[in-house]
Amino acid sequence: MTYWDQEKECMPRQELEKLQLRRLKETVYRVYAFVPAFKEKMDQAGIKPDDIQALEDIRRLPFTTKQDLRDNYPFGLFALPMSEVVRIHSSSGTTGKPTVVGYSRRDIDTWAELMARALVSAGASRHSVIQNSYGYGLFTGGLGIHYGAEKIGASVIPSSGGNTKRQIMLMQDFGTTVLTCTPSYALFMGEVMQEMGIAPSDLRLKSGVFGAEPWSENMRREIESKLDINAFDIYGLSEIIGPGVAIECCQKSGLHIAEDHFIAEVVDPVTGEAVDYGEPGELVITTITKEALPVIRYRTRDLTTLTCEPCACGRTHVRMAKVLGRSDDMVIIRGVNVFPSMVESVLLDIPGVEPYYLLIVERKGNLDELEVQVEVSERIFSDEVRKLEELGAHIRKELESALGVSVRVRLVEPKSIERSEGKAKRVIDKRSI
Amino acid sequence: MAKQISVFLENKAGRLSHVTRVLGDAGINIRALSIADTSDFGILRVIVNDPEKAYRILKERGFTVSETEVIAVQVPDSPGGLAGVLEEMAATDLNIEYLYAFLGTAGNDALVVFKVEDTEKARTTFQEKGIKFLDENRLYQL
Repeated sequence: MTYWDQEKECMPRQELEKLQLRRLKETVYRVYAFVPAFKEKMDQAGIKPDDIQALEDIRRLPFTTKQDLRDNYPFGLFALPMSEVVRIHSSSGTTGKPTVVGYSRRDIDTWAELMARALVSAGASRHSVIQNSYGYGLFTGGLGIHYGAEKIGASVIPSSGGNTKRQIMLMQDFGTTVLTCTPSYALFMGEVMQEMGIAPSDLRLKSGVFGAEPWSENMRREIESKLDINAFDIYGLSEIIGPGVAIECCQKSGLHIAEDHFIAEVVDPVTGEAVDYGEPGELVITTITKEALPVIRYRTRDLTTLTCEPCACGRTHVRMAKVLGRSDDMVIIRGVNVFPSMVESVLLDIPGVEPYYLLIVERKGNLDELEVQVEVSERIFSDEVRKLEELGAHIRKELESALGVSVRVRLVEPKSIERSEGKAKRVIDKRSI
Repeated sequence: MAKQISVFLENKAGRLSHVTRVLGDAGINIRALSIADTSDFGILRVIVNDPEKAYRILKERGFTVSETEVIAVQVPDSPGGLAGVLEEMAATDLNIEYLYAFLGTAGNDALVVFKVEDTEKARTTFQEKGIKFLDENRLYQL
């Protein structure tokens, strides 16, 4: 069993919590002193930095939301002057103003350290050839993974996203052993490989580190069998630091959150009240070592559960379950919460059905209608209408019993659903509310 | 016995013209065709002069395509001709999944393409009853 930093990753909990409290106090002091917008929030909540005397006191602090980042666009929440900021990343801003994040030199080091831990946890080492197919640029995926991969001394291929045939050629020619990209892109690469007549045995690929979008256990199975690799889930978000906030270990039973740098809580998404370990809710993260953009109790909108049970891998850091969905991706249909990952899981349980799907939500009259488009592959195609209709009905029944909402299934031609080289688009919501 | 090529088509403008253009550009001649359709999708079924090539080309172009065994039965080109054949089939419990007419003729006979549940059984029945059906190689050449 190998760790990147055994001392930190396997730190006894008592010691870890002591470290967390010290760092939390420092962070709160700094934010209170240097981030006027957050000071105002704390003043309104009637809480002073000195009130933080125990880890539980974190619950008295106000939340930070994506909206706060937007309201203070671009640099309003930075706790350092720009002369100390060495890097800026930003979200795509498809849902409004982009959110902007900044890093000090030490933040960049911290991030590389976290990514190094993550890659080693997923079996990478200095002997690995890591092909990094996350997009390079404002998106944190590319550069985040890149710095960690260099840190562990692996040979990095900064292939970025896109040009899939060339990606596969690089894998073949350069002997890539670890692939990093979004899970949907990994799957698409598998599909293109098949078309090119390249078998997994023609490659040296051993493992993959996939993240930036929620994906189901069934999707993992699909990717692992298509590419003949070990697939690991990685979690992160730019508002916190980027990829590397949490990573799966060899046990693949939850993602260890790097608790020496972050404090994780799970809260009820509606009331904001903390929930117990094991209870599902929204993940809330506080950074305790970030300098340029320290974030107190950030509402990630990702739904998960936490467990503190000891892990067989030896790491002591708390584990979060694979993210069920990002509340942004969640669609509410006639009052029922539907996540694309649930649809994915159902589809992949039906033999021959490919994991390419699209949810289309429309409002007809006063009623929401959910249509799920599923591609008809050769494996499930029949030239008899009756059999295809039976298949459609079967998929519909399975979806309805899993989702608890009525669904219309539409069979579409293969490859007609857009393939993603980054984060996959799973939902089209046509409702105008 | 003959090979029919079946193609899955979404019920969307231009899909049929696209598939026929692909076949045309590959120099493949459509000898018979039928379309089964629902509100969402359709299945195009064709008999062509070169089924292997048609299958390959369509697959390369990303269509969902399959090969199906069908029988091209010679039906007397006179009133009651088809009824006679169908009655014989019913008498031996031969289930028909679908059928459609062929564009050409075989001598004086019309041609009807049958997709049956049990192709072997159909063949023996036709032979016993003296119902003629076309050898595939002859069919593609028609």
